[in-house]
Order: sequence, then C-alpha cells, then structure tokens
Amino acid sequence: MAETEILLQVQDLKMWFPITQGIVVQHHTGDIKAVDGLSFFIRQGETLGLVGESGCGKSTTGRAILQLYRPTGGDVYFQGQNLTKLKGEPLRLMRRQMQMIFQDPYASLNPRMTVGDIVGEPLEVHNVARGRELRERVMDLLEDVGLNRYFVNRYPHEFSGGQRQRIGVARALAVGPKFIVCDEPISALDVSIQAQIINLLEEMQQKYHLTYLFIAHDLSVVRHISDRVAVMYLGKIVELATRDQLYFDGRHPYTKALLSAVPIPDPAVEEKRQRIILTGDVPSPANPPKGCHFHTRCPVKITGTCDVTDPEFKDIGNLHWVACHRVS
Amino acid sequence: MTTPEITSQQKAAQRLSERQGKPANLWLDAWHRLLRNRAAALGFILIALLLVTSLLAPLVAPFHYAAGDSSEAHTVPAWLIDLLPGNVASYAKVSSKFLFGSDYLGRDILSRLIWGTRVSLPVGFIGAFTALLIGLVYGCISGYYGGKLDNLMMRIVDIMYAFPTMLLIILMMAFFKSTFADVRPGTVAATFNAINDVIDSVMGLPGGGMLFIFLGIGITAWMGMARLARGQILSLKEKEFVEAAHMIGAGDGRILLRHILPNIIGPCIVAETLAIPGYINTEVFLSFIGLGVDPPTPSWGSMISDGAATLRAYPHMVLFPALALAITMFAFNFLGDGLRDALDPRMKGTS
Repeated sequence: MAETEILLQVQDLKMWFPITQGIVVQHHTGDIKAVDGLSFFIRQGETLGLVGESGCGKSTTGRAILQLYRPTGGDVYFQGQNLTKLKGEPLRLMRRQMQMIFQDPYASLNPRMTVGDIVGEPLEVHNVARGRELRERVMDLLEDVGLNRYFVNRYPHEFSGGQRQRIGVARALAVGPKFIVCDEPISALDVSIQAQIINLLEEMQQKYHLTYLFIAHDLSVVRHISDRVAVMYLGKIVELATRDQLYFDGRHPYTKALLSAVPIPDPAVEEKRQRIILTGDVPSPANPPKGCHFHTRCPVKITGTCDVTDPEFKDIGNLHWVACHRVS
Repeated sequence: MTTPEITSQQKAAQRLSERQGKPANLWLDAWHRLLRNRAAALGFILIALLLVTSLLAPLVAPFHYAAGDSSEAHTVPAWLIDLLPGNVASYAKVSSKFLFGSDYLGRDILSRLIWGTRVSLPVGFIGAFTALLIGLVYGCISGYYGGKLDNLMMRIVDIMYAFPTMLLIILMMAFFKSTFADVRPGTVAATFNAINDVIDSVMGLPGGGMLFIFLGIGITAWMGMARLARGQILSLKEKEFVEAAHMIGAGDGRILLRHILPNIIGPCIVAETLAIPGYINTEVFLSFIGLGVDPPTPSWGSMISDGAATLRAYPHMVLFPALALAITMFAFNFLGDGLRDALDPRMKGTS
C-alpha cells in the first residue's frame, strides 16, 4: 500500500465514564477508564483493524472518535479538523463525512420505520434530496448493497440478519462518507452470512474509496480485511503494526497469546500449535492495575518494572508500535 | 426433500411480488389483530355504542334527565318484579311507563343513565388525554435529557405521588366549589366559570360544573404516565437505532418524534386505556360523595348515591347505574387488554 495522506489522527484519546453515588446529590466517586490514552492514525483508503476482548474499549473508541461520546481528553483530527472541539451545526455537517455501521442489525434499525425511511433519513436530515429524487437515491443505494430496490416500503422485521446489516450499510453510505467505523458489523451474524457482509464492505470500499476502522474480536476476519491492525487491552493499544508484521511478528505478549488462540485449519499444524493460556481475569477498568495494565496476567513480566511504570507506546521500526518493557 | 423447498421458495417469491410497492402499515396490522380478538372487539363495540348514545342523548332518551313528577317517585318497572319476585310490589308503585323505573323525584332512570354517559365518557377520555399530553411531554423531556433535570423532574413527580390522590382530588374539588362559586366578573374565578359554562353548554348539561372535574382528574392523572414514558425512553435511548440517528446528524426533536415516540406510544396508549375505568370511577366516587357534578346533572355516581339511601326499599335505583358502570369499565378493560396484545411487537406475525 502506497504512502498516502493521513485521514484521521487520534492523539491521547481518553474516554472516562464517571461513577456517581447518591440519591439527590451525586458524588463523583471514580471513573471507568474505558479508553485511556490512545494515539494512532488512519491513512486515506486503508482499513485499520481494532481487536481486543470484550470490554476492552474497542466500541467506545469508535464512538469517541465519531463524537457519539464526547471524549474526556485528547484530540481527534479528521482531515486536519479537531472533532473534539466541534459542536452543534459544524459537527452535524461533519457527520456527512463519517458514518458508523452497528453491531446488532436487530437493534440498529428503527422497527417503526420503513427501509426507505431508514436509508433516506440521512439524505433528508442533510437536505441532500427530497421527494422522488430521494426515493430514487434510496432505491439505488439498496441495489448497491445487494438488496431489491422495491424493498423500500417494507419494515425491518421482514428481513433476515444479513439483509438488515445490508440496510445498515446502505444507511451509512447514504450521504457519501469518507470514513466509516464498522463496530463489529459481523459478530451478530451467522457464519455463513459473515463472508457476504465482509465482501460487501470490501466492494463498497473499492467503489467509494472508503476508509474503515474495523472493530472486531475475530482475529481471522480482521486479518482478512485489514491493512493494519491494532490490539487493545483494557483501554490501551498494546501493539499496532501492519497486518503481516502483527500476525507473523507480533511482539507484545498479549498479541502472542491472542494469536496462539486462533485455530489453524490444518490438522497437522493444528496438532503442534502451542497455546499461551493467560491466567486470571481482565481487571476492572474502574481500577486498572498500576504500571503496565497487562502485568497481572503477563507470562513474562519483570517484577519491579512492569508493575511500577507504564510502558511507552513506541515505534520499534517500520511503523510497528509496541507498548512493552520487554520489547526494545 | 427438494420439492417442498422449491414450493416454499416459489411461495416466498410470490409473496414478495405481491408486497412490492405496497406499504405494510404496522398500525393497520395492529388494528386487524385487535379486531380478531373477540373480547377486545366486544369492548370496542360497546364503547362505540356508548359514544353514539351519549352523542344522540336528546334523541335516544325517552324523557329529559331533569323532568319528573314526584307523584311517580320510586316507580319499579313491572318486568323487574316478574324477574325478581319479592315483596317490593306490596309497597312500591309498579308501572311499565319507565323501562328502568324512576328515582326519588320521579325522574326516568334510563334517561338519566343515557344523559349520564355525557359525564362518564368525557371524564374518561379527557383524563386519558390530559395524562397522555402532560405525562408524555414531561416524561419525554425528563427521560431524554436525563441527568440533573431528570432527577429534579422525577422528584417533583414523587412529591405529587406522595399525596393520596383521592384526598387531593377531594380537597381540590372542595376548593373549586367554594372559591369558584358565585364571583364578581373580572376575576380569575369568573374566567374559569365562563369556560366552565361554555363546556357545560356544549355538552348539553348546563350547570354541571364539568370543567372542575376535568381539572381535578387531569391534574392528578399524569404522574403515572410521566413515569411510564420516562422509563420507556430510558431503555429506548440506549438502543443502537437512536445512536444511528445521532450519527446521521438528526436533531433532538427529530429523534424524539420519529424514533422514540412511535416506539413508546403503544404501551402508553394501552396504559391509558386501562386507566380510563379509574378516571370514570373517580368521577363516580366524587359524585357519590357530592363533590362531582352539580344536580340535577345526571351522573352515575350521584344516581348510585341517591339510590344507596333507599337501597333496601328500592334496589332498582342502584342496580341500573351500577350495571351501566360495570359494563363500561369491563368494555374499557377488554379493549385495553386487546390493545396491549395487538400493539406488542412480540406478537408480530402471529395470527
């Protein structure tokens, strides 16, 4: 992939959710540090995969970038504009440039609206088209995502999960965005349907020159679709590299453990696969461990270093970032 | 094994082509489901009949509600004596002039029941309407904006709830009846009285004092709806489709009106339909204790109250208003239950 323009730059993004107590007067008693200092960039036209286990802050990252949650700290530059500083109308206008595809195709479509209304709403909100023109555009969009153009008058409950997800894709594409956050768009689908949606996303990327932030926990899928991959653990990115660097030369012990859990579809090789079993549970993001967040479960931790100082997220060459005291 | 598959596919294709371009309206579906439910349909028909009766009261009623001759007081209908033999015939006037007999002033009970629908039905509907109007708006604002505002608004509801509703209404009615009675022109009370006179004359019940009953019930009816609406919104606003609406840049008004309200209006309508018997009951109770409509306006509650005094001697005076009340309450409850089944999204696709 050729070096191209950076579309999105995230600097020290923090998303903390306050924990409050009290019936009438609310006391601030702590924070859930769902996202705790992320820095990365996404180039024009590439797909950045974001993987990590449940509750590590992947989805929160996506929503904080899109300003669905207002970040607690840090900056998000989209085409040079700082989104965290935008409010009201300018932010609303930016929404034409960036969109989101949601995880649950059953919850992400309003059951009381027809497909035409759902897909046409972004066009209506942004005054792109109305009346017959709007209807035509919606029908074209439906065809684009592989649906019958006459589905406009039907309701979401009449569709299968895969078809619903296609409707979600059509809605995201409606206003012609440049950047789309795909928040586990296939996790809620049957395995047989997952490939179709992946192919659709790739097709749309080609056709409309889209840039994706692809959030998932399925390592094989992320490997298939991503140009670069970031691994998250407890609110932080622990490793970020190109796909091949990460899958063949993952440096962080957490990355290694994750990769070792991927089954290999070859019985001979699968037999010899060495799994790194992590012990213990993910600590609470309300009270993350001192030092490296991963040290409580790390098989190679250095006592006295890992549990004291937070490792720096540094480039070890070729834009391969790792946050680990063992890696230099 | 291939044959049934093909036929089912063909059927699906056929259904698809039939459906093309034809909007499948969710409300229409609900309406059909409602009519298929026999109890609900019966309730609906009964309510429709009551509505027609109340609209056509002057034509349907054999006598005027206030017309009566005390020489014909306490007339027991002849058919009732045949049906339920007792010793009533030995002391009461028995006649077939009045279908349901007459009251202590010789007024026709049937006519008063028919005119009484003009009190009971509006009270029920206005109660439900004000509860929906105030409660929905209040609950929507509280639930949608959340935070400190929500906290404050819900504490106000809690305080309102803390008053015993009946006592509050009784106090309010007593206040209305004393403060708004006979005032000089130009005062607030006079304005209220003027509005009340307009409402009374529109309803054909001059001197009824309907506005004050509407006010009393309206002021105390909305809290439950506000809580219900808020609760529904709290769960709904976290849904992904609402997030999607934020994402495409929709404003708060649009999200509330197009995404949230259509999804909560069903349960709210069901709750209010089921609450209507309660409002009717409240009016009946107020009239029973003499704080409802002013005589001679016929209210089922005041009729029961009149009859209760001579319950042992003339049970027919209580029997018919009580039956009318019971049937109306059943009708609304049946309809409400039917609506709940019809509007429940989980019932979708079932016949």
